[in-house]
Formats: sequence, C-alpha cells, structure tokens
Amino acid sequence: MAPSPIVAGQLFSKQTQALFYNYKPLPVQRMLDFDFLCGRITPSVAGVINPGSDGFQKLFFGQEEIAIPVHGSIPSACKAHPKADVLINFASFRSAFASSMDALKQPTIRVVAIIAEGVPEQDTKKLIAYARANNKVILGPATVGGVQAGAFKIGDTAGTLENIIACKLYRPGSVGFVSKSGGMSNEMFNVCARVTDGIFEGIAIGGDAFPGSTLSDHCLRYNSIPAVKLIVVLGEIGGQDEYSLVEALKAGKIQKPVVAWVSGTCATLFKSEVQFGHAGAKSGGEEESAQAKNAALKAAGAIVPTSFEGLEDAVRTAYQALVEEGTVTPAQEVEPPIVPEDLKNAIKAGKVRAPTHIVSTICDDRGEEPTYAGVPMSTIIEEGFSMGDVLSLLWFKRSLPKYCTRFIEMCIMLCADHGPCVSGAHNTIVTARAGKDLVSCLVAGLLTIGPRFGGAIDDAARYFKDAADKGLKPFEFVEGMKKKGIRVPGIGHRIKSRDNRDKRVELLQQYARANFPSTRYMDYAVTVETYTLTKAANLVLNVDGCIGSLFLDLLVSCAMFTQHEIDEIVDIGYLNGLFVLARSIGFIGHTFDQKRLKQPLYRHPWEDVLYTNVESSAQPR
Amino acid sequence: MARKKIREYDSKRLLKEHMKRLAGVELPMNAAQVTAETDWSQLARDNPWLTKSRLVVKPDMLFGKRGKSGLVGLNLDLEGVEEFVAQRLGKSVEVSGTRGPVTHFIVEPFVPHDDEYYLSITSQRLGSDVRFSDAGGVEIEENWDKVKHVFVPSDSPLTPDLMAPLIATLPLEIHDVMQAFLAAAFAVYTDLDFSLLEMNPFTLVAGQPFPLDLRGELDDTAQFKDFQKWGDIEFPLPFGRTMSLAEHHIHSLDEKTGASLKLTILNPKGRIWTMVAGGGASVIYTDTVGDLGYAHELGNYAEYSGAPSEDETLKYARTLVDCATADPDPRARALIVGGGIANFTDVAATFNGIIKAFREKQEQIKAAHMRIFVRRGGPNYKTGLQKMKELGTEIGVPIEVYGPEASMTGICKKAIDFIKEADAKVSK
Repeated sequence: MAPSPIVAGQLFSKQTQALFYNYKPLPVQRMLDFDFLCGRITPSVAGVINPGSDGFQKLFFGQEEIAIPVHGSIPSACKAHPKADVLINFASFRSAFASSMDALKQPTIRVVAIIAEGVPEQDTKKLIAYARANNKVILGPATVGGVQAGAFKIGDTAGTLENIIACKLYRPGSVGFVSKSGGMSNEMFNVCARVTDGIFEGIAIGGDAFPGSTLSDHCLRYNSIPAVKLIVVLGEIGGQDEYSLVEALKAGKIQKPVVAWVSGTCATLFKSEVQFGHAGAKSGGEEESAQAKNAALKAAGAIVPTSFEGLEDAVRTAYQALVEEGTVTPAQEVEPPIVPEDLKNAIKAGKVRAPTHIVSTICDDRGEEPTYAGVPMSTIIEEGFSMGDVLSLLWFKRSLPKYCTRFIEMCIMLCADHGPCVSGAHNTIVTARAGKDLVSCLVAGLLTIGPRFGGAIDDAARYFKDAADKGLKPFEFVEGMKKKGIRVPGIGHRIKSRDNRDKRVELLQQYARANFPSTRYMDYAVTVETYTLTKAANLVLNVDGCIGSLFLDLLVSCAMFTQHEIDEIVDIGYLNGLFVLARSIGFIGHTFDQKRLKQPLYRHPWEDVLYTNVESSAQPR
Repeated sequence: MARKKIREYDSKRLLKEHMKRLAGVELPMNAAQVTAETDWSQLARDNPWLTKSRLVVKPDMLFGKRGKSGLVGLNLDLEGVEEFVAQRLGKSVEVSGTRGPVTHFIVEPFVPHDDEYYLSITSQRLGSDVRFSDAGGVEIEENWDKVKHVFVPSDSPLTPDLMAPLIATLPLEIHDVMQAFLAAAFAVYTDLDFSLLEMNPFTLVAGQPFPLDLRGELDDTAQFKDFQKWGDIEFPLPFGRTMSLAEHHIHSLDEKTGASLKLTILNPKGRIWTMVAGGGASVIYTDTVGDLGYAHELGNYAEYSGAPSEDETLKYARTLVDCATADPDPRARALIVGGGIANFTDVAATFNGIIKAFREKQEQIKAAHMRIFVRRGGPNYKTGLQKMKELGTEIGVPIEVYGPEASMTGICKKAIDFIKEADAKVSK
C-alpha cells in the first residue's frame, strides 16, 4: 500500500504554537521549560482547552509567571489563537476520538497528537481517513509525542530537564529518529546524543496496530528536511508498517542513510502466540516477525545491526562516515540558559526548605483513607461510631466514653430547634422567603447567635465554674453578680417556673445523675437555683445553665482532660459550638419547610410598626 | 487497540442478535455452549431444539481445522453429543504444533448442505478487506484463487456498488439475499468493533444464508462503548496458553489496575530473570538475552508500565522473585531490573515497591545465589538508584546499579558474564 500523503517537511519550528486539550499542569510546564531552554521568545502553548471552563492558568516561563488562556471548546480556542496549528490531546481513551476529530476539523489545526492509550481501532481509522483526505497529520494514539530539538516539544516527551540537557535537545542535531515506543524514543535520544551531534527531530508514533502516522511517513518527511542527515528507526514486531519503509527504500524515495532495528526477535521463544506490552506488538505471521522485517530492511539497503546492542555502534559508524565525507558538520555547542528549579522538586531533593502556612491536627486525608484524630474511616463505619463519637474525635481529638458522647448527642437533639419565633429561626424563614439559597438562609439564622440568643451556655459554664471553683456560697455568687450588674446566665425562663419545670432540664439531669461519675457543677447550679427561686418563681435553672454545668461535669469526671484543657475548652467557646451545630439542624429544616411551602417574600405589616420620630414624640397625640 | 479472539459461541450469539437489530435479518441459527460445569438436563430445558434436531458438536477453543483434525461430531442426538464431549473434555490435543486441553464445546443443529460459501472481513489501516468465495469450506486454502476481494474504505458501509465484484458470478436468484446478508454482516462487524469476522463456510438453508463456522476477533479497547452490545463476553487465552499460578496472579493484578503488569514464564528452571519497565524496553531486554546466546537460560518475559502504585509494584516483584528463586541449586542466577529512560514515571516511587519485595525475600535471593543488575533513568532516578545501592549493602545481596549514562541493555551482558564466570569457577 502506498504511504499516506503526509505533509512533507517539517511539522514544527521555533515559532510553532500549540493548543493543549484537557489541562495537565506538569506536561504543559515541561513544554514551557523546554521553550525557555531553547531560547524561544514565545511560549509554545498558546492556550489550554478544558471543556466547559474558561479563564487562565498560571505557569512559569523561565523565572517569570505567565497566564495561559483557558477555553471551553476547541473551536473557540482555535478562533482565539489562529496561529496555533498543533493540538496536543490529553483526553482519556473514552473521549480522545471525539475531541481529536473536532480538532482535525478546525482549519487552523494541522497536527494532532493523541496521547491516550486504548483508543478503539475503528475510531483511530476514522481519524486516519479524515486526516488523509484533509492533508493533516496525526501523532499517536498511545504516544508520548515527539520533539524537534531547539524548537518544539510535545507534553512529556524527553522527560526531565536534566535529561533534555543530557540529550542536547535544546539545539538541533542531524538525526531524524522515529520509533513506536515513547520510552524507547527517550532512550534513543540519549544514544544519539552519545554517538552523534544529537537529534534534529524525534517522533514516537505510538504502540497501536494502526498509528495515525507511520514509521515510513516520518522517514519520508525526514528525507525531505535538509537539516536531517541520518535517519534512525526503531521498529517492533507485529503489523506491516516496516514494509512501507522497505518499499520506500526500494523505490529510492529515501536517499539518506537509514539505520534501523526491529525489536521482538524473542517472540520465537514463546510457545503460544504472545501479546507484548504494546497493543500492536503481537506475534502474528512470519512476515510480521522482527527477524523477517530486519532482513527485509537490510535487503532494501538500510543499515541493520545484529542486535539492539549493536544499534548504538551502527549509528555511530553511519554518523562518522557522514562527518568524514563532509555531509555533516557537527552542530555547534551552545550553552543553554539555566531554568529555575521548582520549589516542590527542590524540596523533594532536599535542597531547600520552606515553612508551611497552615497547620492541622484533627484529621488527615493523605493516606489510603481519611482519618479523624487518627481513627480511620473504616473503623468509624465498621465499629458503628455515633455522631457524638465523631464529634468527640474532631472537637476533642480523642474518643470519649460512650456516656459522654451520648450526652453530647442529647444536647444536640434538645437544642436542634425551638420553634419558628426565636430570632434565629425567624431570620432563616425571612431569608428563605426572599428566595435565597440554603447557605444564605442558614447563616442568616446563625448570625443571630450571640450574647442574647443561644450564647448563654458558654457564659453559664464560665460563671458556674468560676464560682464553684472559688467555693462561693450561692448567695455570694448571685449577689456578687448583681453588684456587677450581670444577670446570672443559665438562670431564668420566660414561661417555666418552680412548679412548671423545663422538661429538657429534667431529662438531662436524670441522665447525668444515672451515668456521670460526678455532677458537682450541676449540683452547684441547683443550689444557685434554689437560692434564686427564693427571689422569683421563674428564676429556674434553664436548659443553657443545665447544659453548661453538666458539660463541666463531663469534662472533669471523665478524667481525660487536664485542668488547662478544660479551661481552654470553656474559654474558646466549645459550648457555643454545640448550640450552633444543633440549631443548624433546625434552621435547615425551616429553610426546606419554607421552600416546600413556596412562601412568598415576607413583608412586615405597617400596623405592627410604631412609626415615630424625635419631633413627633415631642408632641404626643 | 488490542484484538482479542472470542469463542465461536459468542461470535454466533452476537451475529444473530445484532443482524436482527441492525438489518432485520433473522438467522435461523441456534448454538449452545458446553463446559465441565454444564448441567445437561438444564441445557436441554434452556435449548429445546437440542432434543428436536440432529446435532453437531465441536471444540470451541479458538483453533481451526477441526474437521481435518477429527474433532467434529456430526449428525448426533443429544446423548451422542454428551458421549462425544465426555470422551474429549479436558483431554489434551495437538493442533498445528500447539498442545492444550479442550475445555469448551459448541453444540448446534446439524445442517446437511451442499453449497459452501466463504466470507471474511478483516480490518486494515485505511479500511476493511472483504473476501468472498462460493468455493468455501475445508479446502479454502487450496481454492484461494477463487476468492474475490474488495476494499471498503473506513467509515463506508458495504454498499451494493462496492460488493458487486464479489457476487457478480453468483446465480441471479440469490443475488438479493446475498447482497443483504453481506451488508448485514459488515454492519455487525462495524457496529460491534470486530477486527475480524470470518465465515467458513456459510450455506443457504431454504434460500436463506446460514453461517456454519464462524470466527471472530473483537477490539477489546471498545469495551467502554460496546459492553452492552457485547453482553457477557469472554476473552479466552490463546489455545495452548495455560497460566501458572504466578502468571495467573499477575494477570489478575493486571486486570484490576490502570497500569500494565505482564509476566510470562518461559523456562521455570532458567537462571536469567527480567523485570523491565516499559512496553518497548521489555521486548528489547528479552531480545538481547536471546541475541547474546542465552535464550536457554531466560526465565521469563516481564513488563510493568503506566505508573503502577507502590503496592502493585510490591506484589508484582514478590511474585517475580518467587518464580526466579524457586528450586535453587548451587549455580549462580541473575535478575535484571531494567528499563529505559522514563519520560514521566517517577523512578524512585516505582523502585520503592521493588525494594520492599527484595528486602522481604532476601533469604530466598541469597539461597538462590542471585545477583541483581539494575539499570534505569528518568524523573528522580538518582534517588531510586541510590536506594537500590543502599539496599544491596543492607541485605547483603550484590546489586549492581547503572543509570542513563550506561547503555540500556548493557546489564544483559553483565548478567550473562556473571553466570558464565560463576559456572567456570564451579567446573574448575
């Protein structure tokens, strides 16, 4: 079969610009580093295409940070960058076909490199048919890409900067290289740098049975590029591709010396047919064997060593001959600029250190599974941890005894809601009715929590703790507070009284008496209540005071906290956290309720507002 | 893209189901599969035709020339089929130089016929070859000059114009039915991502095409879009390829990961073992040991690539070391941990798993008098190589370590020289 009419001559130049489909930071940065090393003036990546998104990606061009535009589709990217004629496709094997076809159809795109491995054969064939009919070039699929030394590099080709420098890829040499394997092409860049003046261009066509462009396509191209003096080919067992090269050699279409080796001579060692690592590398008929292809290439005039080991020598000898006959003037050495090292790599290599900006001690998401205070997720689920157990891990960084976590859950359940009329729920409802989203409704409610609403638990705990620890008699404490002009927090209720106790308080007290080793602080609070009840019938211990005092008992009696830790917990406002957490449940419920009921925008009635001002108040009606 | 042969039973199942869906062609075919697990009475209940017609039974093992090898039971009743299978199930047969047990049979109605047609569709780079002959059957190779050929470009159906040369010489009265059948077969081939579909032969029953013998290959990379059309499909190993426990273990690891992990044992008593990164490099290392004249000592072919995790590399290396150190004797052995210069794989990270395995298995390695030869380049290779060197000192196993400055396959020669020298010392 005749070789496909691939675009003759160079695919790339020092001005080539590419679009990068499906953004991957590392390969793009590697391309830009290569550009800088080659002394390119413009970065080789003109834009990035990430389906459905736009904006910019920040990357380095040498020492300088640059913003590379991101586009949501291939046509929009091509419109914005009409000079970019290469598309590097990092799509997965599932979407590689559609995106590659889309790219081939853009008039500005000339070359599409498909990185994905596992693109279905028929899909690739459709791409090949389209590319042939429209004079476009496909590299891959299943390839790392290729490189034109000193000019343009695709994605991850040629690996690290260190390797690129070792292979002298920052300036053009005289060898045109093509192989199936991406890994082996990098190896051969090194070989060529050792025994010649280096690569002019190196392409990996990919390991599939039907690559988008073939070994012979690129050899023919190299033959027409004046700077290429020597062609080196690394073929592979399986397929017929090498025979197109044999035909081209026989027909005299390639005049430059070709050094070739086809790997896979070992297939004869296998008892049944064998599939090697590459999809196309499969033992088939005699004709597809490495031995037959090597023999055919040799017969057609290629320089074929007797083993891969001999390839380096064969390239050296062929190159030396070209130098001696004056065909090759070895490339001038140039000193490439130094590309600044990435902080991440330098740290990894132990060369520099950098301080962290954030510290976290309650959890870790870096391992096999996330952990809360060191307890892995699987333990939490398999051992039936409760909500309270999880809260104790994340808030207190330890597993509290069951009676404690059960108590925490009781507090959350009892404080989860307190009707639609309290200020927080009211705010949530008004916000929901204004058509706002869940988070807005929730925080509108939460923002009312503070000294007057819901904030009493913390204060109650603080004052009860202080008084009890100092051994103040209840009347000393209450009267002392009165002198300071502070209402005793945790005491008093709008409706409840001596003869009509708060059920919630009773339940918590019962539970604590039955389960806590000690209820010293609650007992103290009750003595305070006994005293305040002598003053007024509604000065009962309310739910805030009860939770506050019992929480102190919990912290002390479980013997898992130092005095300092307990002080800190009370100080930081853990108990307020308990209320915020609990009431969020109610606020979210109110939000859903209003939305379900499709309640219209709330407007407060005029009749319910006393309209007044300073002047009119001077003249009462 | 990777082409995988499927069983005739599956080929027939797919052809029947999808010819109907795609072209409205109803094939009167029936087929049942028989393995060691088959419950015969259940099979007869599920396939009532088994007790109503005379039957054909043949091995369904991805090899051809079954008639010529005397492996086809013709014109039997179900009892006869059961007896035929009982005599052959699990028995080893040799076909075209490959030996292996027969584990799967296909049972079909016996169709007496005169005409034998040949049809094959094969995938090529720029389209598909369609070959047709009215002289099909076991003598097809002898009658190859009668086979007609057309080429269908990618993305084109098999149109009446394109197929005209194939059927031009057929009697006029069967033109239409052949044309419809060939187009339908081509449509199934395309829609289901077959890379090969061959009928040798098919015949006409009551004027309707009827495939007797069917061979198919699917492109398994199309699984993500075709899995519903394919249904419960099996990709059997090539005939004669049996897997050792170790190979099976690696095969199942390979199926579970996005990376590639391959192992083939060539000679369990071999003394040169390889563990090579990269699809291209692994073949070349295996070649080189052979090219240097030591194929007879080569234990295996092994390839890992596509950035396997540390845990996967650990499991892989463990299995490989177990194989390489099984049956130690006083003679020296070598393990080649090779690879090219990686483009983006973190060498230090992949080496971590290997190092762990070596540390775990150090006693085995020492008992087998094994020397380890390492060569690798790529991202972070210095750290990786350094760790390997340190491991050698730590566990007291000689590990020679080379980087990208050394030739890739140089360690093959070093490994062979090591074995040669050790053998020479022993014989002195």
